[in-house]
Amino acid sequence: MKTVKQGTYFWQGNEACAEGAITAGCRFFAGYPITPASEIAEHMAKRLPQVGGIATQMEDEMASIGAVVGASWAGAKAMTATSGPGFSLMQEFIGYAFMTETPCVIVDVQRAGPSTGQATKSGQGDVMQSRWGTHGDYSAIVISPNSVQEMFTLTIRAFNLAEKYRTPVIVLADGTIAHMREQTIVPPIESIETINRRKPKTEEKAFFGLEEIPPMPTVGEGFNVAVTGSTHNEHGIRFTADPTVHRRLVGRLNNKIKNHVDEIADFESYNIDECQIGIVSYGCTSRAIHEAVENAEKRGIKTGYIRLKTLWPFPESIIKKLAESAEKIIVPEMNLRQMFYEVERTANGLAKIIPLNKIGGGELITPEELLVKVEDGEE
Amino acid sequence: MTETFSIRKYLRDLKLPFCPGCGIFTVMNTFLRAVHELGHKDLSKFVFCSGIGCSSWIPSPYFIADSIHTPHGRSIPVATGIKLLRPDLNTVVFGGDGDIVGIGLSHFIHAARRNLDVLVIMVNNMVYGMTGGQVAPTTPFGTRTTTTPYGSFEQPLDVARLAVTAGACYSARWTTAHPDELKDSIKTAIKTQGFRFIEVVSQCPTAYGRRVGFKDVGEMLKWLKQDSVPIQQAEQMSEEESANKIAVGVFVQRKRLTLTETIYKIIEEAQRSAK
Ligand SMILES: Cc1ncc(C[n+]2csc(CCOP(=O)(O)OP(=O)(O)O)c2C)c(N)n1
Ligand code: SF4
Ligand SMILES: [Mg+2]
Repeated sequence: MKTVKQGTYFWQGNEACAEGAITAGCRFFAGYPITPASEIAEHMAKRLPQVGGIATQMEDEMASIGAVVGASWAGAKAMTATSGPGFSLMQEFIGYAFMTETPCVIVDVQRAGPSTGQATKSGQGDVMQSRWGTHGDYSAIVISPNSVQEMFTLTIRAFNLAEKYRTPVIVLADGTIAHMREQTIVPPIESIETINRRKPKTEEKAFFGLEEIPPMPTVGEGFNVAVTGSTHNEHGIRFTADPTVHRRLVGRLNNKIKNHVDEIADFESYNIDECQIGIVSYGCTSRAIHEAVENAEKRGIKTGYIRLKTLWPFPESIIKKLAESAEKIIVPEMNLRQMFYEVERTANGLAKIIPLNKIGGGELITPEELLVKVEDGEE
Repeated sequence: MTETFSIRKYLRDLKLPFCPGCGIFTVMNTFLRAVHELGHKDLSKFVFCSGIGCSSWIPSPYFIADSIHTPHGRSIPVATGIKLLRPDLNTVVFGGDGDIVGIGLSHFIHAARRNLDVLVIMVNNMVYGMTGGQVAPTTPFGTRTTTTPYGSFEQPLDVARLAVTAGACYSARWTTAHPDELKDSIKTAIKTQGFRFIEVVSQCPTAYGRRVGFKDVGEMLKWLKQDSVPIQQAEQMSEEESANKIAVGVFVQRKRLTLTETIYKIIEEAQRSAK
């Protein structure tokens, strides 16, 4: 077996993520062991050499993402995988990858934090860290799979977005999805879209500006590219005091994501135009919505939902639409309110936003618990 | 060699940011001379990585070359990603003592242990120069710095020896008062395989020399020259005698299987058996 073939597989979420990465063209992986993400590293260690790729365990998470950044500049599609504690250690480099426009994929398989917390138990506590974790003015692209199937397909999408926008992309998975086994369908490989970064033409010299998404050279090809996380002009030359250069660079880096929210944002929606009660959900928690909505409708409550497949950039327009029809919007999360505030801000008083939170022991929010909220609509 | 050495050939037309009399000029010049003497007309066979600090500015963005200026202390991991994918490129890391063996120490040891095929050139000015002269892991015991106003209460690290223990294929130490020996050492190191390390004990007149009481750069260079002893001689000395000496010379030169050799063999076999 080299790259995976069309077919139906019974994969673990982490395995599906690794196979998705390889299918997307990932040929470099560096990581440091951590529950519940280690199976990604283990699977990559076995599989990448079979397809001519490299997988290596580094001394820590900074080294892991550092090697990924180096590999990306050497021309490879590259990925690392971790969980909360390691994700925190990677934050400086995530900002670096953003600033230097280095495409790469970072998988954070969330577990219950803060700190070592409950290492083997699932959680959704890194939502805001994935958006605001690094320092400085930054815009994130964060993907949120809710099934083993999506660990495969959305990891491919993560690579495509990273390559297209020349930016780090975070796959925000969770211990539940990562460790469950489900049927996963791999479509005909030719039907899977894979995007590769745009390379410069020989005479091109501006790899950090002029265009919204500049072309990216590979080291060793004669482009003499100067890469720096310090503020730089379009040729990569440092300008550490000039306000104009900083505004231009950081403005463009944020705008290249902000100006394409509609293209980046991905969600599944149901009945959002004519519902009394809306649900905004994502990740493992969103697995409860179908049953809850079905039962609510049986009881005559018009219910709709938005299931976010990307968390950031936040898809404000669709949330506003839901807020225009629904009187109340429930936001179930395995944390103590994170996306809740974003929904509340976006709804801007058009609907009452009701939190539903549960943490600890990796316990999921059940369809019954969700139904209770839908029925009584109280905080 | 017919062509004469011209440093400009390798440098972008930019003003260098170093203070007058800084030892970094010597390291930069010596490295490019070595490259020139090895017959490289340009730096196209090289890729450079460096972290944060005055010393890390040597290649970035001044060299007309591919250079990656990484977060503080993380040049070696980035070099790892590059070298693993591009074993054909001479991967050279520049950094200060704070960058390489303060914040980046773990990466340094692990790269030597793995025998990552890179050359690390560390400018040891015994201080955190860029941030204003704070104590470094290499600061001599008792020295007053901005964060040790009563004198440093820690022992400095012997980095060239540490590299040997960690597994380096080449480890040498020189000072900026030994430009010829340094140049030859760089030439040897570029031609050697595996993890290679060169420590250059250097003067930082601004954040170190001035504070510890050196009158000028000339005095600092005299100190570097006078306090240096060849390794063989240093090894004969008592601990007390050698305490304030700088042991210079080549600490190790040996062959070991490199990381890239091992990994590429594994890939080849895995690909064959996966068919
Ligand atoms: C994570 C992080 N911590 C601290 C700093 C601040 N900082 C910049 S350079 C430097 C020390 C540089 O010392 P050294 O590597 O010895 O270089 P020198 O300037 O002496 O050549 C520090 C601490 C930083 N940039 N990043
Ligand atoms: S502060 Fe010290 S190390 Fe930095 S450029 Fe000035 S003299 Fe050199
Ligand atoms: Mg220093």
